[in-house]
Amino acid sequence: MELSQRKKYWKENLKYLSILLTIWFLVSYGFGILLVDELNTIRLGGFKLGFWFAQQGSIYVFVLLIFVYVRLMNKLDKKYKVNE
Amino acid sequence: MEIQTWTFIIVGLTFALYIGIAIWSRAGSTKEFYIAGGGVSPLANGLATAADWMSAASFLGMAGIIAFSGYDGSVYLMGWTGGYVLLALLLAPYLRKFGKFTVPDFIGDRYYSNVARTVAVVAALFVSFTYVAGQMRGVGVVFSRFLDVEVNTGVYIGMAVVLFYAFLGGMKGITYTQVAQYCVLIFAFMVPAIFISLMATGNPIPQLGFGSAGEDGVYLLDKLDGLMTELGFTAYTDGTKSKTDVFFITAALMMGTAGLPHVIIRFFTVPKVKDARKSAGYALLFIAILYTTAPAIAVFARTNLMETVQDTPYKEIPSWFTKWEDTGLIAWTDKNGDGKIQYLPGSAIEGKKPQFIEGRANYGQRKITNPSTTANELYVDRDITVLANPEIAGLPNWIIALVAAGGLAAALSTAAGLLLVISTSISHDLIKKQFARDISDKRELLIARLSAVLAVIVAGYFGINPPGFVASVVALAFGLAASSFFPAIVMGIFSKRMNREGAISGMVAGLAITTYYIARFKLGWIGNPETSGTDNWWFGISPEGFGTMGMLVNFAVALVISRFTSPPPEKVQEIVENIRIPSGAGDAIEH
Repeated sequence: MELSQRKKYWKENLKYLSILLTIWFLVSYGFGILLVDELNTIRLGGFKLGFWFAQQGSIYVFVLLIFVYVRLMNKLDKKYKVNE
Repeated sequence: MEIQTWTFIIVGLTFALYIGIAIWSRAGSTKEFYIAGGGVSPLANGLATAADWMSAASFLGMAGIIAFSGYDGSVYLMGWTGGYVLLALLLAPYLRKFGKFTVPDFIGDRYYSNVARTVAVVAALFVSFTYVAGQMRGVGVVFSRFLDVEVNTGVYIGMAVVLFYAFLGGMKGITYTQVAQYCVLIFAFMVPAIFISLMATGNPIPQLGFGSAGEDGVYLLDKLDGLMTELGFTAYTDGTKSKTDVFFITAALMMGTAGLPHVIIRFFTVPKVKDARKSAGYALLFIAILYTTAPAIAVFARTNLMETVQDTPYKEIPSWFTKWEDTGLIAWTDKNGDGKIQYLPGSAIEGKKPQFIEGRANYGQRKITNPSTTANELYVDRDITVLANPEIAGLPNWIIALVAAGGLAAALSTAAGLLLVISTSISHDLIKKQFARDISDKRELLIARLSAVLAVIVAGYFGINPPGFVASVVALAFGLAASSFFPAIVMGIFSKRMNREGAISGMVAGLAITTYYIARFKLGWIGNPETSGTDNWWFGISPEGFGTMGMLVNFAVALVISRFTSPPPEKVQEIVENIRIPSGAGDAIEH
C-alpha cells in the first residue's frame, strides 16, 4: 500500500474515532455525571432523565457505538482494499 | 423438593458440562493453550469474553452495591461497560493485527525492551491476583449458603473444577467452557429478574419495569425515594458521592476494563482484525443484558427490603431473614427494646462485620458483641442481594438453585480466565522470553500447566483468607490496570514517537503512585490511619477512582521523558505502521 494511501486511511480512521468517542463521552460523563442534576428535572416515564442515562441509556448507546464503528471500518477497509 | 437437593442437581449438572467440554477441547500445543489455536468465531469469542469479564462481583455483588448506593452505583454500570468502547475502538483491532500471544508480548516488542516486558508481566500478575481473590471469595459465599458446607470447602471444590479445565484445555478449554458458563449465568440472572419485575409492576422486562408504576399507581422509583428520605437516607436517585469522585471512579473503571489482561488476551483468539472489532461488539451486547438488568433488580430488592423489614416485629419476619442471619450475613440488635426492626441510616455495628457469640437473645435473634451507637438496628451484607432476592420474592426452589449455579458460573469463568493470564505470564513472558529462549513447545506447555497449578493454589489461599468485600477488591484491580497497561498500549499504537524510556517510566510512575494511594488510603498499610479518611483524600478522589490519576501521571511522565530521549528504532516504527493496517493479520505467530 502506498504511503499516501496509508496516511489517508489512518486519518479517516482517526476522524471516526474522534466522532464516536465524543458521543461516548457525552452520554456517560456528560449526561450521566456532569449534567445529571439538570437532566433530572426532565422525566422519561418513571425515570428522571439524568438517572436513566447513568444507569441505562449510556449502556445502550455504548453497544450501538461499537456496531456503528464495525460498519464504518468495514466500509473503510473495502474502500482502501485492506479488507479480508 | 428442597432448595439443597435442587442445588446439588443443578450445580452438579453444570459442573459436569464444564468438565465434559474441557475433555472434548483439550489443548495439544502452546498455541492452543495460549490462544485457543486462533480460530474462535467472533460470536463465540463475544460470549466467552462476556463470561470471562462478568465475575462474581458482577453477578453477586453489583446489584447489591447499587441497591445500597442508588445513583452512586452508576459508576460500576457505566464504568464497566464504557471501557468496551475504548477496547473496541482503541485496542482490540490493533493488538489482533500485532498477532502475538500476550499483552507483555506487545509491550516488550513495541518498546523493544525486556525491562518493559518485565514491568508488564509484574503488572499483569499484580492485577490478576488482586482480581482473582474476589472470585474465590464469591465461590465460597455461594457454596456456604446453598450447599451448607464450610466456606473453605467451597473454595477447595471451586479450585478443583477450575484447575481441571484450565490445566487440561488452556485457552481452548476455557473458551468453550466460558460459552457454556455465559448461557448458565445469564439464564440464572434473567429468570428471577423477569419474575420479580412481573410481580412488582406487571411488566416482564426488568429494564422497563423499574421505571414503571406498582399496583398503587405510584412510580417505583418515586416510592423508593419517598421511603428513603422519610427515614433520613439520601434519595435513591440522588446518591451521596461528590461529582468529582463519581467522574474519577467511572473513568478508572473504564480505562481499567480496557487494560485488563484477561479481557485483552481474548481478542488474540479470533482469526481476523475484522473479527476482533465485531467480537468486542458482541461481548458488550451480551454484557449489557446483565448490566441493564442489575439496576432494576437493585430497585426491586431495596424497595422490598424497606417495605418488608421496617418496623416489623422480629417474631413475624419471613424465614429468609433468619436463614441469612444463621450464615452471619444479616444481623439485628434490638437497640430500643421494642422487638421491632428499625432500618435507618448509619452502620448498625462497629467495624466491618458483626461479631456473633453463642446463644440467642430474648426474641430469638443471634447475639452480637459489637453494636454501634446509631439508631440503625439492621446489618445486611450487600453481597447477598442477588442470592436472597428470589427467596424474598417467594420464587420456587429450583430458581433459587439456578441462581447459585449462575453465581458459580460467573466466578469460575473469570477465575479461569485470570489463571490463564497468570500461567501464560509465567511460562511465556518470563521463562520462554527471558530465561530459556530455545525451550521446546512441549516443555513450554508443561511449564504453562504447572504455572496454572501454582496460580490456583495462590488463588485458593486468597479465597480462604479474603482481603475484603468482593466488589471493592475487584475495583482496585481496575485502578492498577488503568494506571499501567492502558496508557502504554494506547501510546504504543497511536504515537509513533513513544519510546522505551517513556513507556517504562510512565508505567512505573503510574503503578507506583496508584499503589501508594491505595496502600495509604484504602488498606491502611502506611501512614497514620487517623488521617486516611475522606477529608484527607487528594482532590477528594477516593482510592477506587485514583487509577484515573495514576493513568494521567503515566501519560504525562511518558510524554515528557520520550521527548528528551531518542526516538524508537526504524524497525519498531514499522511495527506501528503495520498494525494500523488491518489486512494480512494471518495467524498469531511466535518469533
